[in-house]
Amino acid sequence: MTMLMSLAATLQGSMELGIIYAIMALGVFISFRTLNIPDLTVDSSFALGAAVSAVMASIGQPFIGLALAFLAGCFAGVFTALLTTKLKIQPLLSGILMMLALYSINLKVMGGKPNIPLLNKPVMFSFLQRLDLGKYAKLLFLVLILALIVVLLYFFLKTKLGFALRATGDNDKMVRALGVNTDITIIIGLAVSNGLVALAGAIIAQYQSFADVSMGIGMVVIGLASVIIGEVLFSVKTLMRRLIAVALGAILYRLIITIALWLGMPPTDLKLVSAVIVAAALSMTVIKERALSFKSRRANSRRYKGGQV
Amino acid sequence: MLKVENICKTFNKGSINEKIALDNLSLFLGDGEFVTVIGGNGAGKSTFLNCIAGVYEIDAGRILLDNTDISYSPEHKRSKYIGRVFQDPLMGTAFDMTIEENLAIAYTRGKPKGLRPGISKADTALFREKLALLDLGLENRVKEKVGRLSGGQRQALTLLMATIVKPKLLLLDEHTAALDPSIAKKVFKLTEEIVKGEKLCTIMITHNMKAALEHGTRTIMMHEGKIIMDLNSKEKEGVTVEWLIEQFNRKSGTELDNDRMLLG
Repeated sequence: MTMLMSLAATLQGSMELGIIYAIMALGVFISFRTLNIPDLTVDSSFALGAAVSAVMASIGQPFIGLALAFLAGCFAGVFTALLTTKLKIQPLLSGILMMLALYSINLKVMGGKPNIPLLNKPVMFSFLQRLDLGKYAKLLFLVLILALIVVLLYFFLKTKLGFALRATGDNDKMVRALGVNTDITIIIGLAVSNGLVALAGAIIAQYQSFADVSMGIGMVVIGLASVIIGEVLFSVKTLMRRLIAVALGAILYRLIITIALWLGMPPTDLKLVSAVIVAAALSMTVIKERALSFKSRRANSRRYKGGQV
Repeated sequence: MLKVENICKTFNKGSINEKIALDNLSLFLGDGEFVTVIGGNGAGKSTFLNCIAGVYEIDAGRILLDNTDISYSPEHKRSKYIGRVFQDPLMGTAFDMTIEENLAIAYTRGKPKGLRPGISKADTALFREKLALLDLGLENRVKEKVGRLSGGQRQALTLLMATIVKPKLLLLDEHTAALDPSIAKKVFKLTEEIVKGEKLCTIMITHNMKAALEHGTRTIMMHEGKIIMDLNSKEKEGVTVEWLIEQFNRKSGTELDNDRMLLG
């Protein structure tokens, strides 16, 4: 009984984490799906957001910390985009370079320390305790934030600028032929993407009252896993459903990991398992095709088995 | 309207693969003139269009559109005034977006993209009206993704997108080459209607010799980066495909070798 209760509490915690990671996944969705750019900046912009947020929270400004974290993430995205568009460095490499550069910058933001504890500091969730809304207050608050972000992102992607952004990922040649500067759309897209990622990092830092310079490692993979799981399992017919699918994908991914850990998977295997899940999800279509072609080949050779040539 | 003066373009300059694509080419196009361009493989037809559109930078010469020098303005800036349809039907549209979303992007050609809603009610009404003119039933499918359209439907849509905001110049790069003959015919007809209706200054490359003679007010033939023949609408009258081929062989000193060339 106590075991089940502890599981329920754990699941609630992992739901909360999943919702925060959903914000990060939406950021990854913008770069990976909308712009069709695999952006690795994510790993570091997540930690950048956490660093900025922790520093601001530790001087008593948790909400300003969130805003600044978002802006810092936007800047990181702009730099990656500039490397890609203006200096023509491959997107993958631009992301890796920014990831490396940001590691040092994140340490600088954190005052040279590899981590910042926020124990007994006011964080964005502190006011909930004063309101006394019961044990689901945090969860509801996070759901509200996520819903707000999904709606804002939806309307953004439905503006004229949003159209240009989506079309850039679909067919950049066509967009240029229609008078759009694709450098600008990529810069804006990666800014929004990394802004969201940094915001997720910022919320995580305040949620767990702790920021660590290496907390972003593997974030891209988690983001990709969330996007893919969401798209495979849920309807993606309209843009709104697609955004919701990505968010649900992130929450589901977190729940799967939690249950695996609860069943006894050593936490040190976490990154390995994440990588395997993403590799499997990415290769899904190829594996399906192979399986189908194998079946049809076998059926075909059986048809000729009579031996007559 | 369009003035191309002595433009040159060489690819892989100084290497063993050096290729002179455009060799001192000049062309003057008046208002509403509709030129069809024919020529063999590697004659420089597509390069010519791409240089005008700003995909490639020219090595020498200059390009004036409406008396403005656009020789070195970037592709997206020229695109404010130049409409384009490509050979590949996949190239002209965003497949993961709906028909009306594609048209909406085209409809803001040359205007700043802000945070206003991408499509207004009035826009949708206009798009339906324009789509109805294509006579493909697309006006009832505006919320469908373009990825579900056939090649011919996409090319017709791309043509509409290229002209929904009246361009100063329309460039068509073998836009029917990938289509079935019957659908190609329909797209040619649509092209003719739109170009004549809007009095658009147009350059159309085609591999179809007969279509080149049937359409447009002028036909030019290219070979090795030069224009080797230029027929105005009067001279085009009564010209046959056979005569055209004979002229080509005589003027270029080679046999016409366009592997996709349609003679009939």
